[in-house]
Amino acid sequence: MISTEGRGLVLDEKLLFEQSQPGRIGYSLPNLDVPAATPAKQLLRNEISGFPELSEVDVVRHYTRLSTWNYGVDSGFYPLGSCTMKYNPKVNEAAARLPGFMDIHPQTPEALNQGALELMYNLQRDLGEVSGFPAITLQPAAGAQGEFVGMLTIRAWHEANGQKRHKVIIPDTAHGTNPASAALCGYEVITVASDGILSKEAVAELMDEDVAALMVTNPNTLGLFEADIRAICDLVHERGGLVYSDGANLNALMGISRPGDIGIDVMHFNLHKTFSTPHGGGGPGAGPVGVVKRLEPFLPKPVVIKDGDSFRLDYDRPDSIGRVKSFYGHFGVLVRAYSYILSMGGAGLKRATEMAVLNANYIRARLEGEYDLPNQQRSLHEVVFSEAALANGCHTLDVAKRLIDYGYHPPTIYFPLVVHGALMIEPTETESKQTIDEFCDALLAIAEEAKTQPEKLKMAPVRAKVKRLDEATAARKPKLRWEED
Amino acid sequence: MDFPEELKYTEEHEWVLVEDDVATIGITDFAQEQLGDVVFVELPEVGDRFDVGKSFGVVESVKAVSDVYAPVSGEVVEINEELPDEPEILNNSPYEDGWMVKIRLADAAELDDLMDAAAYQEFVEKD
Repeated sequence: MISTEGRGLVLDEKLLFEQSQPGRIGYSLPNLDVPAATPAKQLLRNEISGFPELSEVDVVRHYTRLSTWNYGVDSGFYPLGSCTMKYNPKVNEAAARLPGFMDIHPQTPEALNQGALELMYNLQRDLGEVSGFPAITLQPAAGAQGEFVGMLTIRAWHEANGQKRHKVIIPDTAHGTNPASAALCGYEVITVASDGILSKEAVAELMDEDVAALMVTNPNTLGLFEADIRAICDLVHERGGLVYSDGANLNALMGISRPGDIGIDVMHFNLHKTFSTPHGGGGPGAGPVGVVKRLEPFLPKPVVIKDGDSFRLDYDRPDSIGRVKSFYGHFGVLVRAYSYILSMGGAGLKRATEMAVLNANYIRARLEGEYDLPNQQRSLHEVVFSEAALANGCHTLDVAKRLIDYGYHPPTIYFPLVVHGALMIEPTETESKQTIDEFCDALLAIAEEAKTQPEKLKMAPVRAKVKRLDEATAARKPKLRWEED
Repeated sequence: MDFPEELKYTEEHEWVLVEDDVATIGITDFAQEQLGDVVFVELPEVGDRFDVGKSFGVVESVKAVSDVYAPVSGEVVEINEELPDEPEILNNSPYEDGWMVKIRLADAAELDDLMDAAAYQEFVEKD
């Protein structure tokens, strides 16, 4: 029986400023036994007042209590569409904490760093095997930087061929960062409308000699496989362009289909999505980039290469777009991804993909009658509903808020923009059938509440730390710091 | 929902009011309703020139960020200075206080491509 009873947790917590007691301190210093020094006048600040005075235990309890308000994939189901919030196995953490990895300095001589270099070399090789790309850079710090590197690589290739192209075609089902990355590399973005799936005809209409690349996300943000991708790639190549694929949804293809074999020229990987490394509260992630052979000379340098029996960093790449990240990227994240690949094995990675797709389709099948499904094509790893079937003027936002009362982190909402009131659910392979069933029961109960007691949705959340927030005022008139009364 | 007769409309949900050779432009009641609470508005500068169909501004709501497209080509002669500071005007008064820009028409013939209120009403209902 699904209900909101027994869910939710409320611990009140004042700001540190409000807990302050005059004269309370968290340290004790010995008496001064040297002449007192007076700080230079320009170092003194008079404007700080009301600075909190607290003991050590006050501060520790404050932050420990705040930490219990966190919701993460270690505390519950986190079906955030597009984000791939899969479980991060603890064996990855054990690997990343091996002294040989944890304690090395990035400037240690290569001869003493062979293990780390070998790991990077092997990860390049394995990502190449999964994706079908012969050359990989591990440097980019996250997916968006991977996109940036990929587009710079494409630009460098065109320029090396004596071409200056100004436009990039991006379908309306691509990830939101794609247009930003293209624009950052100096391209004008041309949006192409899709009907769930991108058609070759639609691309053909826009693809001219001023288009540098097509940027697709495959499977796209509707969770649908771009079925015409092979023909579309051929078309773009015939007209002198390249194809970038956003690899954020690689977890739907891993072990089954290789973008490099389909005709894609450049793709980034999100190690923090497909390869189970932490999303880490905004960072660090890692966004390696794979390219076809003809683009290899332009990749960021250095790249790890094998030289006889040893490994070294190759800086001799005159056509490289240069370095994009200090040292060699987020090495600790690379260790975790490699640990995941080794512990899963090839068959395990394929199985993870199959389970992710099965789980999304199971959710789709259970909810389809009660929630509107705008695109009928077969789903892969995520499913996108619209708000069209919700009763009594209830919106997607209300469903999301009500899910909090049922003890779930809401899915991604209002994205992709091509679906009205999108509710974008990605369960990943992590979840058991029990968890998914309970989640579906909750969403079905909410759809029923929308019919019979819509105020329960409108008022939600009622069992959370704070009630429904006024998002408009929060955005229009944000209070960005504490101020003394 | 209100679609005043004296205005022309686009499929991108902008309205246009033509007085002499100047077009006043905003987003429709339908657009503001769909967007929800608007929290941020970005406008061009006076003197900027736009071709028809090009993005001249941005409207951000709690749900989404949307470009606003020029329904006609021309030069911006005036912008609604209050809008960036009080974006809620777009929700409260989309056709009057919530106007966004005034553009001097480069080609009056472009107006023929716009919808009248009845056609727009039909377009919205079909959508």
